Amino acid sequence: MKRNLLAASAFVALASLSSAAEAKLRVVTSLQDLASIAQSVGGDRVETFALAKGYQDPHFVDAKPSFVLQLSRADLLIVAGLELEIGYLPPLLDQSRNDKVHSGNPGYLDASIGCDILQRPTAQVTRAMGDVHPFGNPHYWTDPNNGRVIARSIAARLSQLDPAGSAAYQRNLAAFEQRLAQKEAEWMAKMAPFAGTKVVTFHDSWPNFAKHFKLAIVGHVEPKPGIPPTPSHTLDTINLIQAQKVPVILVEPYFDRKTPDYIAGKTGAAVATFYPSVGGTPAIKDYFALFDTDVDAFVAAMKGKK
Amino acid sequence: MSTDSRAFRARSWIMAGCGALCLLVPAAARAQEKPDDSVAALRHEIEEMKKAYEERISALEKRLAEVETAPPPAPEALPSEPQVAAASPTEAPAAGGGPAQTSNYFNPGISVIGNFLAVGGHNPVENLPAADLRESEVGIQAIVDPYARADFFLSFGEEGVDVEEGFATFTSLPAQLLAKVGRMRTAFGKVNGLHLHVLPWPDEPLPVVNLLGGEEGWIGTGVSIARLLPVGDVFTEGTLQIFRGQAEGLFAGERRGDLSYNGHYRVFMDLTEAANLDLGLSYGVGPNGTAENADTRLQGLDLTYRWKPLQTGSYRSATLRGEVYRSRREQPDGTQKAIGWYASGDYQLAKRWFLGARYEASDHADDDSLRDTGAAGTLTFWPSEFSQLRAELRRRHYSLTGETANELLLQLQFAIGAHGAHPF
Repeated sequence: MKRNLLAASAFVALASLSSAAEAKLRVVTSLQDLASIAQSVGGDRVETFALAKGYQDPHFVDAKPSFVLQLSRADLLIVAGLELEIGYLPPLLDQSRNDKVHSGNPGYLDASIGCDILQRPTAQVTRAMGDVHPFGNPHYWTDPNNGRVIARSIAARLSQLDPAGSAAYQRNLAAFEQRLAQKEAEWMAKMAPFAGTKVVTFHDSWPNFAKHFKLAIVGHVEPKPGIPPTPSHTLDTINLIQAQKVPVILVEPYFDRKTPDYIAGKTGAAVATFYPSVGGTPAIKDYFALFDTDVDAFVAAMKGKK
Repeated sequence: MSTDSRAFRARSWIMAGCGALCLLVPAAARAQEKPDDSVAALRHEIEEMKKAYEERISALEKRLAEVETAPPPAPEALPSEPQVAAASPTEAPAAGGGPAQTSNYFNPGISVIGNFLAVGGHNPVENLPAADLRESEVGIQAIVDPYARADFFLSFGEEGVDVEEGFATFTSLPAQLLAKVGRMRTAFGKVNGLHLHVLPWPDEPLPVVNLLGGEEGWIGTGVSIARLLPVGDVFTEGTLQIFRGQAEGLFAGERRGDLSYNGHYRVFMDLTEAANLDLGLSYGVGPNGTAENADTRLQGLDLTYRWKPLQTGSYRSATLRGEVYRSRREQPDGTQKAIGWYASGDYQLAKRWFLGARYEASDHADDDSLRDTGAAGTLTFWPSEFSQLRAELRRRHYSLTGETANELLLQLQFAIGAHGAHPF
């Protein structure tokens, strides 16, 4: 029954595609990072729209009705998954009137599948731990290896939805992977001198980045995920930075710099604005520019340290 | 987790196997010292094998990843139903980290929101108790099947239970339609459609209390159909609701054919990325029970302006909201034309602090010569996303007795269970 439905919807998708000649596949993503990768893989056969902007806290996105309209017209919805979107996406999907992009249908893609997901809780989680994600840390796209996995998943799914474009998607994917490999070597070379550097981050957004670029995250400015800094925790962080000689504090652009700047003033650590997503600044146009910016920011912050 | 280590072990075995093959085969080829073309052929064969293995590895990795990302079974559910687990002992190990008990796996998401209210000051008209667990709202929500989802909100007072809402939503209808069937908060105006715990105040504003049948507002039982009516890229939606002719404090039709109706039209516009405007027009009608064929007609206009810069959205935001309701109530002693309105504003001072103000005025639905007025200021603190402390200083003037009450309302709200979406 389900398979018949899938086949039918795939057929309808196909029919509508071929009838509307060069109608582009409408891809809606929760994050601009996913939109960037989807655009790279989809090329001119797709048009993308990201619900959350890159400079916005991806945990707190408003479920605006204008997003309902975007979802109602979408052929493919790509989400980061791991409950990152739980605060806004479910009601939008319910109102979208678009069965295609509901979970379980080919028009819904969870980009986390196949990715290296860190911090999967091994014991019972409670909200005493703050705003924890019970399925693991959802900021996984900050590891370029995961970017590669995401691109492959998207290429496979686009080919399924639009078989006529399959060859184009594979070609674009190959180009993306080649560029990524080349850039990765460049980033690794820049980061290599800082392997093992201890860092403190504001929110726990960076375990994947740290793993890939061999940084050691020793603490967070937030006492617990989602809980703003408290005086006692700030004091602990200052002591930690002094004791462990942490040279740099990484802060996501949507958090208040007041506390990190205060800690930096007390300890001499540098504060670097670290962008977790494409679109964080106008200069971060795509997934490659994201790492270009963050790697350069890190290198700049480390100047004269160590 | 065990699946992780198992996955890793499996992957490393496959890797090791491949590595060994890759090392052994060329060595064997060299030892035999065949002519060039057969070496090339062997090389080709090895390449093929490598490719095949890589494909198989990636397929396996994908399967492992799927197993890994499958949500784990609810661990606390296991001891409560041991007989199910005992009845199917072979199932659990075979699942490999998947749901061990499908009966529990499909249980709905459950949340409870506690709403505690303490009141100080003197108010002879609305005599709220000094301390009250005003509402314990139990939300039970799940997807029914590929066509529908179900939402229940049971409101437990200190005594007694109300089904505040309980409806199925049909999400995969054609023609941009969305249907709800059951008992639901009527889409009349803005705040009437919202649950008490998501309002920016601990109390309902006067126009709701006086014109929509009391603190609970207008809750209808019947059918609701909503259609998207996009105008270019502007979201607009039309909703038509048909309910039975009874709603507490508002409608009291005696015959089955005495139905109540509500129509709502909503326009939502993004003015900029940070600011948006939400406009609603509502029209409701139903039998009020004071005489045969005596109707109450309701008109509503609601306007909400929101400002929330995305870059610093978790620290600064503002909302301005206002609603006007008109009620035309046919009574044996003449038709009462009552009007009520409120205007409110909320400003976010810091990540967890909000300051708000509200002015309200409303005639009585059954006597338009009586007009109550009120003003309130609120201060709200969110310790986390899941709890909220609020203080409201409220002054209300009641025209029936001519009394004015000054009160302090202290509210604590706390949510446990499934993470619901943030209200918008």
